[in-house]
Parts: sequence; C-alpha cells; structure tokens
Amino acid sequence: MRTPFIVRFLDATPRSGWIALGLFAAVTLVLMPALHLFVPEDSPFHVSTYVITLTGKILCYAIVAVAMDLIWGYAGILSLGHGLFFALGGYAFGMYLMRQIGRDGSYQSDLPDFMVFLDWKELPWYWTGSDSILWSLFLVLALPGLVAYVFGWFAFRSRIKGVYFSIITQALTFAAMLLFFRNETGFGGNNGFTDFKRILGYDITAPEMRAALFALSALALMGTLVLGRYLTTSKFGRVLAAIRDAESRVMFIGYNPLHYKLFIWTVSAMLCGIAGALYVPQVGIINPGEMSPANSIEIAIWTAVGGRGTLIGPVIGAGLVNLFKSFFTVAFPEYWLFFLGALFVAVTLWLPEGVVGLWKRLRARRAA
Amino acid sequence: MKSTLFSLLLWFLALPALAALDPGVVRQLAAEDSDDKITAIRQLGASGDADALALLKALADDALLTTPDGRVFLMPEDTALDAATGAAIDPAPEEYESISINNRIRAELANAIAGLRLLSAERATRLAAARELQSNTGIELVPILERAQSLENDAAIRKLLGFALAQANLASPDPAIRLAAVNVLADSANPATRNLLLPLTDAATESDPAVREAAADAIRAIESHLVIGQLLGQIFSGLSLGSILLLAALGLAITYGVMGVINMAHGELLMIGAYTTYFIQTLFRAHLPEWLDWYVLAAIPAAFATAALVGMLLERTVIRRLYGRPLETLLATWGLSLILIQAARVLFGAQNVEVANPAWMSGGVELMAGLVLPWNRIAIIGFTLFVLGLMWALMQKTRLGLFVRAVTQNRPMAGCVGVPTGRVDTLAFGLGAGIAGLGGVALSQIANVGPDMGQGYIVDSFLVVVLGGVGQLAGAVWAALGLGVVTKFLEGWSGAVIAKIVVLLIVIVFIQKRPQGLFALKGRFVEN
Repeated sequence: MRTPFIVRFLDATPRSGWIALGLFAAVTLVLMPALHLFVPEDSPFHVSTYVITLTGKILCYAIVAVAMDLIWGYAGILSLGHGLFFALGGYAFGMYLMRQIGRDGSYQSDLPDFMVFLDWKELPWYWTGSDSILWSLFLVLALPGLVAYVFGWFAFRSRIKGVYFSIITQALTFAAMLLFFRNETGFGGNNGFTDFKRILGYDITAPEMRAALFALSALALMGTLVLGRYLTTSKFGRVLAAIRDAESRVMFIGYNPLHYKLFIWTVSAMLCGIAGALYVPQVGIINPGEMSPANSIEIAIWTAVGGRGTLIGPVIGAGLVNLFKSFFTVAFPEYWLFFLGALFVAVTLWLPEGVVGLWKRLRARRAA
Repeated sequence: MKSTLFSLLLWFLALPALAALDPGVVRQLAAEDSDDKITAIRQLGASGDADALALLKALADDALLTTPDGRVFLMPEDTALDAATGAAIDPAPEEYESISINNRIRAELANAIAGLRLLSAERATRLAAARELQSNTGIELVPILERAQSLENDAAIRKLLGFALAQANLASPDPAIRLAAVNVLADSANPATRNLLLPLTDAATESDPAVREAAADAIRAIESHLVIGQLLGQIFSGLSLGSILLLAALGLAITYGVMGVINMAHGELLMIGAYTTYFIQTLFRAHLPEWLDWYVLAAIPAAFATAALVGMLLERTVIRRLYGRPLETLLATWGLSLILIQAARVLFGAQNVEVANPAWMSGGVELMAGLVLPWNRIAIIGFTLFVLGLMWALMQKTRLGLFVRAVTQNRPMAGCVGVPTGRVDTLAFGLGAGIAGLGGVALSQIANVGPDMGQGYIVDSFLVVVLGGVGQLAGAVWAALGLGVVTKFLEGWSGAVIAKIVVLLIVIVFIQKRPQGLFALKGRFVEN
C-alpha cells in the first residue's frame, strides 16, 4: 500500500527538525506574543512593539529567502525579480486593507483617497471583490503565481538560463516598478498604499492584532520550511538538483526540465506572495519601491549569506543581514552601502556556502 | 542704470532723424484707450522708419514717458527730448509717468518691431525678425512685408517673408489674394499655420468656395509635412538613444563575450567616466578658462583611462577569483557597484553635479520647421561612430583583438596555442571598462551626472547584448539602434513606461525565436 501523502509530507522532516520547529513555535507563537501582550511595558521582560514589528518583518523576509533558496539553491536558477512577487502579494492584500479603511480616509469617500485625488468616480474593474478577504487571499496566491507561471513558461521553454535569466527577471521587476509608479495604473502611484486602519473590522495597530500577525508570519515560515523539506527530499527535489547540476544530461535521460523548473518557480513566487501579504499590514505601507531591482538582489544576498542548498541557511541569512541593516542604517547610515557591498563581495569570494557551510566546516575540522 | 544706458544708446541712434515722425501719431501713443495706442503702433510699424523702431523699442522697455497734458518724450540722463522731433524740451516736465502697456499691446509692439527690423542691414537681425513673424502676423504689416521682400536678396529670408506675407494676407478682403496666400502657405510645415488655415475651411467664416477648397488642400499638405517631420524626428532621437545604448553595451559585450560574466558594476563605470568629465571640467575652469570649450576633448582620454584602470583593478581583485561561477560574479559585481556608488556620494556629494555643454555643442540645426536636431545629440552619434571604428580596428587589426576573439570563441583551445588567457582577460576587461568610461563622457553631455546615474543602463545594455548575440559587434550595433528607434516610436505613441514594458516583452518573445541573438556565432558549441 502506498503511504498516504500527508504521512510522506510530514515524514520528510526528520525528528530533530520537528524538535527545532517545536522550539521555534514555542518562542514565536507563545512566548513572544505573551510577553508583548501580558507583561506591563515597564517590565524588563516586555517585548516592545518595535521588536515585534522588526521580528515580524524579518520572519516575512525569511520566507522570501527560503523561497529564493528553493529556486536558486536547489534548482540553480538565480532570480533577481523575487521582489516583484513579494510586492504583488503585498499589493493584493493591500487592496483589501485599503477597502477596509472605508470612509475613514481624509476625503471621507467610499473610494481610497488616492482615487478621490485622481478624481475617479468608481473603482476600476480589477478592484472588484477587493472588499472580500477571501478573494484577496486568493489573489495573494494567484497573482504572483500567475505572473510567475506565464513568465516562467516563456523563459524556461526557450531554455533561457544562467545570467540571461537573472537579468531578464531583473528587467521584469524593473518594468513592473515603472508600471506601478504611474498614477493611472490604479495602485496609488508613488505613495502606494498606506494609512491602513483595520483587518476584518479589528484595529490594525492594536497589540493583539500585531501579536496575531506576528504569530501568523511565524506559522507561515514554519509551513514554508516543512514544505521546502518535503519538496527537496522527494523524487521531484532530486530531479531538480540534477537539472541544476547537469541540465543536458537530465534531458538525455528523458526528463523534461520545463515542468520541474516551472513548478518550483511558481511555488517560490507564491510563497513570496504570502510573505508580502503578511509584511504589508505589519509595516503599514506598500509602494513600488519594493519592486526596485536593488531589493530583489538583496534577497539573493540573504540566501547567500545563510547558505544556499540548506533550508535553515536562508532563515539565518535573512535574520543576520536585516539585523545588521537595522543597526547600521541607524548608527552609521553613510556606511551601510559600503558594508552591504562588501558583504556581497566577501560572501561570494570566501563564503560560497554561507554561514551554515562555515559552521559545517568548523565542525568537521573539530571532529578530525 | 542699465536701462538709462540703454535709453542713452537709443537716443544717440534715434537723434539724427527724429524729426521725420508724425507728431500726431506719436502723441497718440500716450492715448488712454488701448485701441488708439494700437493704431498708432501699427502706423509707426508700417512706416518702415529706423526712428520708429527706436521709439517702439523704447515703448516696449517702458522708457517712453508722457506728461498729464499728453506730451510724449524720452528722458535719457537729465534732459527731456521730444519723442517726435528729438528736440530738447526746456524746462523738463515736472510731472510725468511712463506709458503703460498691456499684453495685447505688447504683442502688437513685438510684431511692429519685428516688421521694422526686417529692414535692418544685418542679415542675422532680418532672419530673426522673419522667424518671429511666422505667427500672428496681422494684415497691417502687409505693406512693410512687401517692401522688405522686394528689398531682400537672401533666399532663405525671402521664403520666410513670403510665408509671413501670406499669413498677413489671409485676412485680406480680396478672395483672389486670400487664395494666393493659402497656396503659398501649403508649402510651410508649421503647425501654427495649420491652425490659421482652419477657419478658412469653414463656410461660416470664409465665403469663397475656391479659397475653402485650397485651404483644405493646404492643411492636408502641411499635415503630411508634419508627419514626415515627426517621423524624421523620432528616427533621429531613436538613433541618438541607440548610440547611447551602444556605448553602454559595447563594453559589456566584450566582457560578457570573453569571460561569460555579467558585470553589474558596468553602469558605475559609466558613472566614473561622467565624473571624470566633471573633474576635467572643474580643472579647466580653474586653470585654463580660455580653453574651457574644449574640455570635453581632454575628458575623453582621461575618462577612458580612469574607467579602464578601475575595471582592471576590479578584474584582478574580485572577478578573476570567480571564474566559472557566473551567478556569483553577478552578485559580487553588484556589491562592487554599491560600493562605487556610495564612494561617489562620499567624494562628490549625493546631489547631481553640473556638467555644461561646451558652446559648440549647444543649439542645433533646423532641418525643417518643427524639426531641430540638437548639436550635442549629433556629436554623440558621431562620437559613437568614432568609438565603433576604433573598436573594430582594435578587434580586427591588432594582436590583442585577435587574442580576445580567440578567447571568446574557445578559451581552452586558445590557451593551448599559447594565448595568455589571463592577461587577455584583464586587458579585455580594461578595454570594456574604458569604453564604458567613454560612454560616460557622452552621457554627461545629455543626462544628469549623479552617483546612481549608471543604475538605469545596466538592464538596457544587457538587453542589447542579449538581442545582438554574444561577442558580436555587428549584432550589438543593430540591436542597440533597433532598440533605440523602436523605443522612441513606442514612446511617441504610448508614453515612456508602456514603451519600456513593450520593448521588454518584444525582447522576451524574440529570444523565444532566436535564443542565440540576432547574429549567432557560426559553428558548433556544447553547453555545460
């Protein structure tokens, strides 16, 4: 008898992995929200709003980094356009958040403020259904997925790969950024969406809401990791790694790489969409700047710093780089770009396997 | 002070023959009613008199004064001079004010002054005046225009005068004259003329059917002229954009062709070239102000050398260690570009710096009405041709070029027959970087020079390389010019953003058909 899918799915993560996830869950789902909500603010154990928001943001980034790792570390395709999928997810959910403002905007209109400003009389057709959370959640997955599927189908079918593919994805996100910068596109132009008030009628700035979003981000990250583990250890994952290492040989054996690449590419984009949708209510703004090529390249460096081809690596990388960024941009704003640039160079030159690889090497040396 | 000097000058110019003006008309200039003033201005304009010109200019400069009892006079320095006769008025009036003019009068004045300037002895003055009269020419200017045309011996000015005269004659009561005027105007390619002719096609404003028909024909002729002008203009700006793209892409094509790596810091090499230009300009301003117009020529070798040095340094220190790992090279060079951008910010400030066009590069040639080709764009197209020629000679005629081509085609084989591939890599990278520096010189003449100016070019120039095929000069040329022209046409039709997106889609679809680019290398290649 075949093992049921769910068993195979859960079995993919080893016992040690589940223990680690359990610990992670205890901290992010119970401990931190509880310390934020129930410990008085003057207590040294209180987790401040700042910490909750920053950590929540980093959790979203970690999801993106894992998604990037699935496509780059396991399939050898470097995307420089993952910021686009992240932003699309954010915009899809942002539309819902804009509609939830209702008549509380500065113009007291049913329409979002920027549409009143443009003198639009009704919602454009693509905003249909944006006041339903279910439709918005569907869009969060479907929109990045669809864009990725169509683009990937064209790109992979003509066997664009390597740096060609990277640059074309960069051009894609660049073009999308220009498109979203236009006021006429109907997504708030330069300013994007902001001034959100509530989700499902609940105040978006309430501590309970922050804790809930934080816990959801942590859950989503754990889900991403389990899914990633299943995908990469299954037969599918092994074919993918083979495509990464020698695509022509895989083709000669009789596999069509198109479907494998297209599947992981689309999944990766949808994960980014989820991360974007969780990110936007926590930081309270989404604008076309998220689609800038520089942002997408930064995603690649999170993954590279942590270690490609491992699932825990990108999480560590996203955490490390962004903690550094929060520290540097406040303490030495002049030097952040120098540091980031040096990080790009140093990691590629001396740490090709990232922090995880370094740790493994150190451990191997100690064992020897 | 300035205006007193100017009036003084006017006074000297005007003095000898002021007596010729009709005192009644001159007094009318100070009339309360605007229409009276305009009548006087028209009469003075039609007189064709050099003194009238001086008087009208004074009026336009608020230097013409009037007393409450209606006397009109000029007062350069302390003596008051009668405006009509030029005789000194003694004692000078105690109470006076300058004659006020509104915008309607100002327009009339401009026309009248232009009409009078048509009779100037200077060709440039006459030409400028004839140009000014290409719009809003009133019927009252007909006599002066006719006189100017009969006296004129320069063909270009005569032609312009003909158009101006025809415009003025459109208001003539005689249908035959109107018809002749319409037929003349059919040859002018001026959008303003088209608007003037529109009322003449309407039965409500034009009674004569022959004129109406001729006007409709003339409008069609003008429109087809305009379309051709627009088309030429778009092709030109497309070629100009294409040559910029080409300068940015040529260097990339070499480095990508030889080493198979994308240098994401390529845009920053453009930036370095542009900042070198700025630096040279500053040096010239400080030490050689009399040669300032030629700083660009000095900037060309300087920019090449600076960018090439930086490029070779990057190759030796970073890129060399990443051979065979193109994706990592992409990230590392991106990091380098961040460092270079921030370094430029620290050195020169985050604001754009000002790089001025030398005098010989400003202005432009007017091919036809409404189509001006700016000199700086023409210079850049010429410069691109020069760089292209240089590159071609280098690649085809020198030993280094031979080596570069050999390494591009087959690196291990080239190594086997004794090509020092390591040194060729460094030199080729330096060459590519230097050409980017030259691109920076060109860019500094038409675009803003700032720390992140290079960022916008990396995607576009890579598209050129992809489209053209790897390691192919001819491919890069065709791809750059093609992309430039297509982009400009789309921009004219749909706006810049949509144009960019459409171009991107075109490139993606194109790669479906020809993954090796426009001009693929001939021969058999094995991947991996």
